[in-house]
Amino acid sequence: METFYLIIVLAPLLGAIVAGFWGAKIGRAGAHWVTSSGVGISALLSIYVLSGFVSGSRELFNGTVYTWMVSDGLNMEVGFLVDRLTAVMMTVVTFVSFCIHIYTIGYMAHDEENWPGGSLAGANSYQRFFSYISLFTFSMLMLVMSNNFLQLFFGWEAVGLVSYLLIGFWSVRPTAIFANLKAFLVNRVGDFGFLLGIAAIALYTNSLDYADVFARIPGLADTQIQIFGDTNWSLISVIGILLFIGAMGKSAQVPLHVWLPDSMEGPTPISALIHAATMVTAGVFMVARMSPIYEFSETALSFVLVIGATTAFFTGLIGIVQNDIKRVVAYSTLSQLGYMMVALGVSAYAAGIFHLMTHAFFKALLFLAAGSVIIGMHHDQDIRNMGGIRKYMPWTYWTSLIGSLALIGFPGFSGFFSKDAIIEAVHHSHIAGSGYAYAVVLIGVFITALYSFRMFFLVFHGEGPRDSHAKHHLKESPKVVTVPLVLLAIPSVGIGYLTMETMLFGDWFNNVLFVLPQHDTLAELGKGIHGPNSMIAHGFMGPALYLALAGLIVAWFIYTKKPDVAEMIKARLAPLYRALDKKYWFDEAYQFLFAGGSRGLGNALWSKGDRFIIDTVIINGSARTVGRIADWARTIQTGYLFHYAIAMILGLLLLLTWFVIA
Amino acid sequence: MQFEMPSLIPVLPELFLLTMTCVILVVDLFLKEEQRVISYGLVQISLLLSVCIVYLTSGAEAEVIFYGSVIRDPMGDVLKVAIYLISAGAFLYSKDYLLDRNLFKGEFYVLGLFAVLGMTVMVSANSFLTVYLGLELLALSLYALVAFDRDSKAGSEAAMKYFVLGALASGMLLYGISMIYGATGSIEFPQVAKAVAETGMDNMVLVFGLVFVVIGLAFKFGAVPLHMWVPDVYHGAPTAVTLFIGSTPKIAAFALAMRLLVDGLEPLHADWQGMLVILAVLSMALGNVIAIAQTNIKRMLAYSTISHVGFILLGILAGTSKGYTAAMFYSIVYAIMALGGFGIVLLLSRRGFEAENLDDYKGLHDRSPWFAAMMLLLMFSMAGVPPTVGFFAKMFVLEAVVSIDMTWLALVGVFFSIIGVYYYLRIVKLMYFDKPTDDTPLTAGLDTRIALSVNGLMMLALGMFPAAILSICAAAVGSV
Repeated sequence: METFYLIIVLAPLLGAIVAGFWGAKIGRAGAHWVTSSGVGISALLSIYVLSGFVSGSRELFNGTVYTWMVSDGLNMEVGFLVDRLTAVMMTVVTFVSFCIHIYTIGYMAHDEENWPGGSLAGANSYQRFFSYISLFTFSMLMLVMSNNFLQLFFGWEAVGLVSYLLIGFWSVRPTAIFANLKAFLVNRVGDFGFLLGIAAIALYTNSLDYADVFARIPGLADTQIQIFGDTNWSLISVIGILLFIGAMGKSAQVPLHVWLPDSMEGPTPISALIHAATMVTAGVFMVARMSPIYEFSETALSFVLVIGATTAFFTGLIGIVQNDIKRVVAYSTLSQLGYMMVALGVSAYAAGIFHLMTHAFFKALLFLAAGSVIIGMHHDQDIRNMGGIRKYMPWTYWTSLIGSLALIGFPGFSGFFSKDAIIEAVHHSHIAGSGYAYAVVLIGVFITALYSFRMFFLVFHGEGPRDSHAKHHLKESPKVVTVPLVLLAIPSVGIGYLTMETMLFGDWFNNVLFVLPQHDTLAELGKGIHGPNSMIAHGFMGPALYLALAGLIVAWFIYTKKPDVAEMIKARLAPLYRALDKKYWFDEAYQFLFAGGSRGLGNALWSKGDRFIIDTVIINGSARTVGRIADWARTIQTGYLFHYAIAMILGLLLLLTWFVIA
Repeated sequence: MQFEMPSLIPVLPELFLLTMTCVILVVDLFLKEEQRVISYGLVQISLLLSVCIVYLTSGAEAEVIFYGSVIRDPMGDVLKVAIYLISAGAFLYSKDYLLDRNLFKGEFYVLGLFAVLGMTVMVSANSFLTVYLGLELLALSLYALVAFDRDSKAGSEAAMKYFVLGALASGMLLYGISMIYGATGSIEFPQVAKAVAETGMDNMVLVFGLVFVVIGLAFKFGAVPLHMWVPDVYHGAPTAVTLFIGSTPKIAAFALAMRLLVDGLEPLHADWQGMLVILAVLSMALGNVIAIAQTNIKRMLAYSTISHVGFILLGILAGTSKGYTAAMFYSIVYAIMALGGFGIVLLLSRRGFEAENLDDYKGLHDRSPWFAAMMLLLMFSMAGVPPTVGFFAKMFVLEAVVSIDMTWLALVGVFFSIIGVYYYLRIVKLMYFDKPTDDTPLTAGLDTRIALSVNGLMMLALGMFPAAILSICAAAVGSV
């Protein structure tokens, strides 16, 4: 069994190594074949694993593959835990990754145009790109299949590294370098908390293995620790919040969300794969995986809930004013990640994972469709320059429509089930912050519909592109681009309808996700729902559906019928528009406080500490002092014989007085 | 009085060297100017044969002859071999220099060999009188050697100073010896040691004598405050003579200290330890600090010698066999380092040009990368940079001091050697980072080049395998 799971993990790694080290030898076709088949094998085997769980023929696997080292009783191992949660994640990751491999063949076909002529970094960039995305798939699989915190951390850092490499893939662009550095640094902040959380776990349970740790957590539920002074902190809350800080970095939650919009500097396929479908959801997966820890701390759950709700609402607002097609989708991703966190915060882990899954499909779809538009527009990404693309790119148009409807939660589409489940779960929750969360996620539905269809109408409807040159060249993207769109559109429509019963209210996550009875909001919700049709019917009774439709209609009205309304609102609400346009000044504040602050501190330490105290005072000061003493002391050597003789006699007298008389 | 013919085997090396010196003196009279190289050859052969004789007559047991005046023991054997070999190296390096300056005379070698003989007599001494005999033989030869270049004013001045101060120091030493004789009634070391152990340390006369003996000893070492002659003599003497004075006599001085203080006055250890602490600290401090202000490499190396003497004293004052081993190791290693250091000075000098100023070393790397590298090794070793042997020499001494709970003294040693690193590294900086002011190619002969290369590489080789010499030193000292 181990070997079987090892193949799933190692096939993409092998592809990455071959394409990375021998990219020049195997050429472009070789690179995309070797990586795509590696990921394809993983995807097929993952689906096989998942189907095994569905049919009930497969048992949970939890085993160690390799013991790396044992230090002071702490086992550091490579091991797999494959249960139903893992199987879902594996399938989502490998399936989306496979679609993106295929899509990349079309998207990166003319990558040499993105590099200055003769650029060394641009040599074999196509192969390198495939190597990176395969490496990402490997890292992500290591993360989700881990059975211990060490490997989780390895995967966590490895996906961060690949994300860094891919955001800055076009390393000749200063903006790309700025963006990847920003992503890396912001993730450092999160990882710092994550590492502290893991350290706290290792300290108090003396184990890194999930099963061991989870078994010991109930016994630690009442443990209080003192961090600063005499204030008592609940150990579980501290661990939960520290781990969540890691998730905030990786899943781009406020206030560590600033890197994700900038990460759109990377090529579109990785925006879809890493910064929408998979890596950014690692935080959601992690919190769900740690449900046996979070359940014992309402403080930590409230923290997750409030952060998630805040992210969902405020980043969605920014989406309305963005004009870069990818950034709109990016802010939408931030907002949806917030929804997932909200689900976790109200202990509806299954709903969070369910939304993660549906979101992975429709968001990847939206990104790839955006990429397809970008190809058609010759890498112009400003939606104000687009319009009327519908008739030139029918496949892209229809798949985009499906993706957008799924995103806003149109009844029957996959997003409807997952989002409605989250909203209803919040409605049934009673923990601190749930009232606030319920309000903002409801308004969020309206906002989601507004920004999604604003973009949709601006891009696909209305007059043709302003630039007649662009218009002339507009045509549907090649098959390698449209086929993945269709492949992703299918689950975007149907996956929710098919699986909602099992995943949300069934026994799918029994013994995988741990929920205390008093927190079980989904069970509460499940009482009134029997099957997907019942849920759709139930949806018509709640406000969420109407809010979504309202958003859609408002967008349709403003952006196809009366474009001047938008300008009018913009003028009326100028301060709000400014705040949104500036993204609440997060970037400016961080740039000033942290970047400027640390540069200032570094400068101060350098000029005052290093140059003045160490160099001038200690090093040169002592050297000068010694030099002065030396210059003075050499004058003792007068050259006169009688001085020398006197020195000898004085030396004699010194010793005599010291040892004989004293 | 029954006169018994003593066995002469234990003093055979000295007898052989004395005979050869006289032979060379006579042979040299009959040689023409251009045949002078024959004397040189004879000198080298005599020194090498002496090494062989020492090897053949050596043994683990100490032998005392001439009614307790002379001793042959393993420590003496090792020191004698070191003195012979290093002197041979010194004569080798000097040859070209002397030829260039019309100083290539038989007298140089005869005086040199007498000095060597004086040193070995000191090494073999078992009584105050023998020690004094050897000391004076060495000193008188050196006075003459310093003034060997008769036309050099600096040389004559230096010789004059050396002679007057040396006479003063000898007087003090003799005065101290007379005190000790008065207090103990003997001049043989074992008897003196026995008598001192019986009378104890409260004897005022003994301590009084000890102070004078230590002063005489410190003069030979060139320890502060009896160091004044060192820079002037090193500077004023012809470089070939400086090389000779700077190397082997340090080994002889170590032997002198061992014979006088350890063999003869060991029971007074507490007293002389205190005196040596003062001398050592002053030497390390003053030597290292003043060396920084020097612009003449011979003077700089003179002050460097003073600071190294401080380190040798550290080992001796520890008063343990570990300390004596370390000091012996240090003095032999120092003699080799000084030999190489002055050897490079000789290498760079040529007819009508003395490579005395630090500026003469600028850009040596461009002129001769190999010898710049050799000088680098020598300077690193003197500074005590691992993995050169100088590092281990310092480390063993410091270990010995730490092991007798005088950590503060070790810290003082470390502190001043850090200051000392500056002037050694300055040479390295000049050689490697400055542009040469002088592009004249090096003129030294093949023998000098090979010997200097061996000398420089020894710093590294001995640094890698310090146990080679250290175990010999430990065995030799263990028998004291």
